[in-house]
Amino acid sequence: MTGPVLEVDAVRKSYGERLVLDDVSLRVDEGDVICLIGSSGSGKSTLLRCLNLLEPIDDGEIRFEGSEISDPRVDARAVRSRIGMVFQAYNLFPHLSVLDNCTLAPRKVHGLSRTAAEARARDLLGQFGLGDHVDQHPDRLSGGQQQRAALVRALCTEPRLLLLDEITAALDPELVGDVLDIVRSLAETGTTMVLATHEMSFARDVATQVCFLHEGRILEQGPPAEIFTDPREERTRAFLRRVLPPA
Amino acid sequence: MAATWTPSERELERRRLRQRLRRRDLVVATTVTLVVFVGLGLGITSTPGWDAVQELFFNGFHARESFDAVLEGFWVNVKLFMICEPVILALALAVALARQARAAWLVPLRIVAVLYTDVFRGIPTILLVILLAFGMPALGLQGIPISATFWAGVALVLSYGAYVAEVFRSGIESIHPSQLASADALGLSRAQAMRHVVVPQAVRRVVPPLLNDFVSLQKDTALVASAGILDAVFAARNYGNFNFNYTPLVVVACFFVVMTVPLARLTDWLQRRYVERERAGAR
Repeated sequence: MTGPVLEVDAVRKSYGERLVLDDVSLRVDEGDVICLIGSSGSGKSTLLRCLNLLEPIDDGEIRFEGSEISDPRVDARAVRSRIGMVFQAYNLFPHLSVLDNCTLAPRKVHGLSRTAAEARARDLLGQFGLGDHVDQHPDRLSGGQQQRAALVRALCTEPRLLLLDEITAALDPELVGDVLDIVRSLAETGTTMVLATHEMSFARDVATQVCFLHEGRILEQGPPAEIFTDPREERTRAFLRRVLPPA
Repeated sequence: MAATWTPSERELERRRLRQRLRRRDLVVATTVTLVVFVGLGLGITSTPGWDAVQELFFNGFHARESFDAVLEGFWVNVKLFMICEPVILALALAVALARQARAAWLVPLRIVAVLYTDVFRGIPTILLVILLAFGMPALGLQGIPISATFWAGVALVLSYGAYVAEVFRSGIESIHPSQLASADALGLSRAQAMRHVVVPQAVRRVVPPLLNDFVSLQKDTALVASAGILDAVFAARNYGNFNFNYTPLVVVACFFVVMTVPLARLTDWLQRRYVERERAGAR
């Protein structure tokens, strides 16, 4: 095995006076599923956006596949073409059909032929239960379907790493399961993922590591069994008391 | 916490690197700009007829001589623009809203609005100016203004009102239906929803195309010259016809450019402010 897929080292990020990430370090190995938990505003989303170079960092280092991507000389597009990202609000392109949403990057960024890109997209869309909606426009789909389409869009480029930013937060509870099942099956097939989530039971089942963020710091990190049953920090315990149903 | 933070060696190195990249970009930008513009300048001045053209269109003496007359004429253009623009905005918004009205008893209004935009967008502005400026006073009606300038202004308002109405309409239609739905859900009437929810968002969205039409209108105030009104263009042509030199036309062009640039910058600034306020961090 080679080194870690992603290494985050002492990353710091602030918006003006407000410090949103403070000395955050994280290591993501091949096949890891890292769940970021914590209350809103704790920096989960910002961390994901920094990993994808959507936000510049103020200090620290991010290394992806062994080379530093926080260097100003790095071609951000080349990095992003290897990392997939799914957003809370789906962010599908409303003017393109589901299929075109999924083939845009493979064709324009990765240079795939239309036939190859479409074959791959159709295959994945079929797997994710969207076979009947391939030619529809995103607004015709339900939230759960849209988010699954967004997942397929991210997967179509065969990313080395998948970033999921609270992808079920905007969904009806009954639709959450569909989307999480897909993420679960991705995890089982060894997809490397970092995801911010509010779904604690999902994190407990699927994560290889759970990170609890509080006020921009990773306060506690460990395997889910440890974090959820015997957290070290009082703040983690307080957070879990609030979000977990009383046992 | 923030006060005690000192950037790491790596971060400082990165900053130096970023600064170096920025400096490199600056050098590239400057060099390319210089090469392009010097090249253009040399290209134009080395054409065979350049000396004659310079004498006819870029003559310093005639520029100074005609300046006062052009300035006086230009004041007419400025006045026309300043008065027409607010009227156009109001008229256009009213027309756009009339086209959006859904109440049954407002159907005649909708029809009028549709006819108005169709007809007045179709007629060339210069024809409208000539027709109204010469035609209306000639009617000899009691109680209506007989000034050609007034009617030329009316022509501009009617013509541009139709264009700008369509700009407003496209803005209104670009607002997502969910906004109307949530306004409905709050119990707002359709008029209230338009007034407080849809139109404010629509106006912000159409600021750039509106500016485009404003700039266009500023220039089209020059069309009143065709109705014999003594604006900047008329003054310049007058001077040219007497002195066989067309430098004043270039002077007029400069006046128009000077007038439109600040408006463009103002709109850029307004637009940026909206974006910063409403889309902070939303990418």
